[in-house]
Amino acid sequence: MAGLAFDSLRAPARWIARDQPSVAAAPAVAEATETRTAGTVRFEAVSKTYLSAAGPVQALDRVDLDVPAGAIFGIIGRSGAGKSSLLRTVNRLEDPTSGRVLVDGEPIESLDTDGLVALRRRVGMIFQHFNLLSAKTVRGNVALPLKAAGLPKQEIAARVDEALRLVGLEGKADTYPSRLSGGQKQRVGIARALVSRPEILLCDEATSALDPETTLTILNLLRDINRRLGITIILITHEMSVIREICSDVVVLETGRVVETGPVWRVFGAPEHPTTRALLEPLSRGLPADLASRLQPHPTPGTATVLAITFAGQAAPDLSALAAAAGAPVRLLQAGIERIQGHAVGRMLVAVDAAGPDAEDRLRGLGGTIERIGYVAADD
Amino acid sequence: MSPQMIDRLWQAFLDTLVMVGVSAGIAVLAGIPLALFLVTSEPGGIFPAPKANRVVGTIVNGFRAVPFIVLLVALIPFTRLVTGTTIGVWAAIVPLSVSATPFFARIAEVSLREVDAGLIEAAQSIGCRRRHILLHVLLPEALPGILGGFTITVVSMIGASAMAGAVGAGGLGDVAIRYGYQRFDTTVMAAVIAVLIALVCLVQFTGDLAVRRLRAR
Repeated sequence: MAGLAFDSLRAPARWIARDQPSVAAAPAVAEATETRTAGTVRFEAVSKTYLSAAGPVQALDRVDLDVPAGAIFGIIGRSGAGKSSLLRTVNRLEDPTSGRVLVDGEPIESLDTDGLVALRRRVGMIFQHFNLLSAKTVRGNVALPLKAAGLPKQEIAARVDEALRLVGLEGKADTYPSRLSGGQKQRVGIARALVSRPEILLCDEATSALDPETTLTILNLLRDINRRLGITIILITHEMSVIREICSDVVVLETGRVVETGPVWRVFGAPEHPTTRALLEPLSRGLPADLASRLQPHPTPGTATVLAITFAGQAAPDLSALAAAAGAPVRLLQAGIERIQGHAVGRMLVAVDAAGPDAEDRLRGLGGTIERIGYVAADD
Repeated sequence: MSPQMIDRLWQAFLDTLVMVGVSAGIAVLAGIPLALFLVTSEPGGIFPAPKANRVVGTIVNGFRAVPFIVLLVALIPFTRLVTGTTIGVWAAIVPLSVSATPFFARIAEVSLREVDAGLIEAAQSIGCRRRHILLHVLLPEALPGILGGFTITVVSMIGASAMAGAVGAGGLGDVAIRYGYQRFDTTVMAAVIAVLIALVCLVQFTGDLAVRRLRAR
């Protein structure tokens, strides 16, 4: 909270400084590597109701959230869960029906036009369909925020070049967007969002229209921007893989309500809400089909016990300790342990020959959650 | 054709060019702001003014409903007020402009409406004020469509200008009626038609070329 108050004291000075043209274009490059103050966002009981032909639709239902400075904050949920509505309240593309949003500790609902324009220059946004102007070149698109801010031409040129360098599009300045690939278009979108030197970047399904490989390069770019420029990123997505790739924190929305929130490793390691589990389903490995077909519900002579050991943020599994605890031959059937933010998260499937309940207890002492799946013939 | 007739044809051609050119200029100057108003003053637009929108929309429809030949006569008092005369090329320019402006405004309106709402949102999100949105988003993005609409407007104005002979404005249509029809001079009639076809083709070709250039970006 102390940090929040500090931010709110400093914020107005920064807004003014941002709009004033700097003396020369030269410092622009030096500033690019300088760490900026990351922004914070706080949602207080934010609700949003739309009036549709079929009656009122509640898109957001008393959402309380804190986005800390410097986070890559993921908002995930199914279509229609209210992700977009929530994101768009941050730069007031939408206004909440009730509740309020604070950026850097300051409520934004009462800003006048000038205040709103100043806010939007501190909060950049990128879009699923890029939303680039087809009639302007890459340079023209990226320059628009500065042109609208009334900066002198020289400084605009220097800052546009700086932003294009940052996203790796130096050679494309005079190209029209229609000649670019999807990934390049999104890079232009990112450059356009960053050219005003924002402290918060909103990403509205920024990678949903891209192929998996391009998605990774864009996510890497976003992570790089977050680290090097210290910009807080809030992104919405319906793909858990995006969250796993770059987010530090995640919130799961379902019909406008927050159903689960926390650090990504914890939510991924031990999802509590059914919606979270359903969203994680595509990432998890199910029981292999060949194994499932031979699984027996009860032990018979000569069968091995199939155990699923789930790790949710503990230390990485110690394999020799595992074998010792089992006290019998252990075969690894399937494993999917990942490291998320330095935590081991995932599940492994093992077959333990003639494992008794005491073996299971000993295994449990290693730190994962043990679940007996069934029995298979030992020589399988 | 006699040299006098060729002279007369040439003069009529120039009259048509002046009538259509000046009226088209006025239609653009008045029609684009009108179209911008119609699009942006809608509920949910960037300058919402639903009542004014309905009033202006109705007036535009009113002018669109009156046939040009009727408008030509009905506007005579207004024409006298503006130009001080009711005959000649300048007297024809008034009703031509009044008729072409709402027509062009409606066509430009369609193009402006087709600008993706996401672009307007993106402009808002980067701190553009409403005038920036008009200047940097709506107009440039709709330009190819507006230009195509302008070509259609000019072609239909060339047609309408033929009726301007009714107020003694001259022009190609007037020559065709007076010499080609009333004096049974088939050669003049054919010549006028040929010139009109060439003119319309040229306008359409130039317009299409410009639109293609813009769209190729």
